[in-house]
Amino acid sequence: MALPKYTEPHYRIWHYIYLTICGAVFFFLIAPLFVIFPLSFNAEEFLSFSDGMKSLDPDAFSLRWYKDMIYGTKNPWGLAAKNSFIIAIFATIGSVILGTVAALGLSSRHMPYKGLIMAVLISPMIVPLIISGVAIFFFMAKAGLAATHTGIVLAHIILGTPFVVITVTATLSGFDHSVTRAAASLGSDPVNTFMKITLPLILPGVISGGLFAFVTSFDEVVVVLFLAGLENTTIPIQMWTGLREQLSPTILAVATCLIILSTLILVTAELLRRRSERLRGINQ
Amino acid sequence: MSSETKQILTTDGIPLEVSLKKAERKNKIKAFLLVAPLLFFLIITYVFPIGDMLFRSVDDKMVTQMLPKTFKAMENWDGQELPEEEVFAAFHEDFIKLVEDKREGKLSTQLNYTKNGFKSIIKKLRRKSKSFEEGNYKEQIMSVHKRWADVEYWRAIQRRAPEFTGQKYLKGMDMYVNEEGKIVSVDEDRRIHRVLWLRTLEIAFFVTVFCFLMAYPIAHLLATLPMKYSNLLMICVLLPFWTSLLVRTASWMILLQQQGIVNDFFVGIGLVADDNRPEMMYNKTGSYVAMTQILLPFMVLPLYSVMKTISPSLMRAGKSLGGTPFVAFWKVYFPLTIPGIGAGCLLVFILAIGYYITPALVGGASGTLISNQIAFHMKSTLDWSFASAMGLMLLSGVLVIYWLYNKIVGIDNIKLG
Repeated sequence: MALPKYTEPHYRIWHYIYLTICGAVFFFLIAPLFVIFPLSFNAEEFLSFSDGMKSLDPDAFSLRWYKDMIYGTKNPWGLAAKNSFIIAIFATIGSVILGTVAALGLSSRHMPYKGLIMAVLISPMIVPLIISGVAIFFFMAKAGLAATHTGIVLAHIILGTPFVVITVTATLSGFDHSVTRAAASLGSDPVNTFMKITLPLILPGVISGGLFAFVTSFDEVVVVLFLAGLENTTIPIQMWTGLREQLSPTILAVATCLIILSTLILVTAELLRRRSERLRGINQ
Repeated sequence: MSSETKQILTTDGIPLEVSLKKAERKNKIKAFLLVAPLLFFLIITYVFPIGDMLFRSVDDKMVTQMLPKTFKAMENWDGQELPEEEVFAAFHEDFIKLVEDKREGKLSTQLNYTKNGFKSIIKKLRRKSKSFEEGNYKEQIMSVHKRWADVEYWRAIQRRAPEFTGQKYLKGMDMYVNEEGKIVSVDEDRRIHRVLWLRTLEIAFFVTVFCFLMAYPIAHLLATLPMKYSNLLMICVLLPFWTSLLVRTASWMILLQQQGIVNDFFVGIGLVADDNRPEMMYNKTGSYVAMTQILLPFMVLPLYSVMKTISPSLMRAGKSLGGTPFVAFWKVYFPLTIPGIGAGCLLVFILAIGYYITPALVGGASGTLISNQIAFHMKSTLDWSFASAMGLMLLSGVLVIYWLYNKIVGIDNIKLG
């Protein structure tokens, strides 16, 4: 954003102050994530930069914490990763199906009590997690689902659906309903219309809602802390325990992997968002 | 026009109005059926359990069920003088049954909540009651300990007669019902919950303010830069947004520790002495810094989406009409961003007020919030009814904010990235 030539000096100074402030805030946002990368390759057991690392001595770097993460005998990361992925995948499938179908109903202009129902459907996102955790725990304990995968998957479906509902309703708001009427007039039944016409058009919204649901489940720790037994440990639970007891560099190796995973998800989500905006004609 | 205007009929001969209404109803049912699976799923697994919390928080049936005959006998007692023999006999009968079921310990814990001093006299009563003779229980019980002859203790028992109680809510506000049945505060040095509520509000408020102050300039920059630069910078906002909360908390733990990078930096520029490194973690500072960074994207995104819609020509018009850039900004640009400010602030405040993980890890004892207290009672003391009561107090606060949010921004306008 170049300033025009006629800008007066004191506005020029103000402009550079403003850019400096912005730079500092961006630094504050992103820099903490980059501390983790180098430290996860630390050859020593400390969580600060050793003198060797500062002078870029190759001996000060190693992959030992990554080895420990994968092969370490005492480390439950393997089981945790398996559980996390299984739970997140099933929770995502559940959230996407329930959320998309509900969003279809909600965006119908015939929907009665729309505001009230929308408020109920979105509430798990607004209610503080600790309260959701307590409530869901009471339910799962009564239903005999505490400390089971099923219980955790159901809990994550509860927490994930609001995101799907929001993204899919947003996508449907730009949806031209005359295409479904056209399909119907050409003799297609509603299910066929949905699969062949509606779904392909709203797919970007559905997938990005699914990504939100996946991340919510994959990153969720408050509710799982109430529900999980030893068998159902997940990556966030292991990280939580590790951070509470002792910060070992193995955690940083795991964290690095998680950052890479979230970068991939971010790129996918961004590409989808742009595609859907292009389809809806929002971008000029 | 006469009232007997000819009705318009459809081809089937049904009046058009009726036919349309029928179609409308069919559409309504169709739409509702689509929403129904999720709605009922949430009602059963989520809304009812929250109602269950409400029930648990006021439920006080335990004592009522342990002393059914005593409370029946107490119905005619005015609470002035010591109760009659009838009450003592009923109490003895209930008590013997509890001793048989080995539940008198639970009774003593429960009654001790109401009035201190029940524990020892119930233990004594259990021992002595084995050698009780039939009849004249009043004399026999009163001879066990002088407190059994104190009318205060009988009043304390009577206060536990109702099946429902609000005492957990009072406890959450550091208040209790005293002997005269009045609601009073606990001693000043024992008011832990009020301190926590105030601290939660304080931290949520300041985190919101910090987030606003930091998010406003960068949201403005993102909204005014050309697309190709702003997309790149947007990643700085979105990457933390998508990164695991625990990863971000871990990185703050590394940065803020006493031998950490921030402290190294302060020592390096000579701000603090090497042997006098400030404690930046396990206290309020840790909570403030980490929560602000973690919640910042939730402020930037709504602000950005509002600023994106403001045409740059408005600022140019303001300037061309003689305003300095500052005046043009304050009088034209800023008022237009108020919806975004409202959305961002309420979102961050709601999230901050219920924060649990980050304060538990970096907050230490002086940086923990009300959520941590709820988790403590759920997991350690197992006083679930108290945890429920505090949870619902927090929830009612959040619902008020949620309602405000709905009024100001509208729930449908929540945008995610």
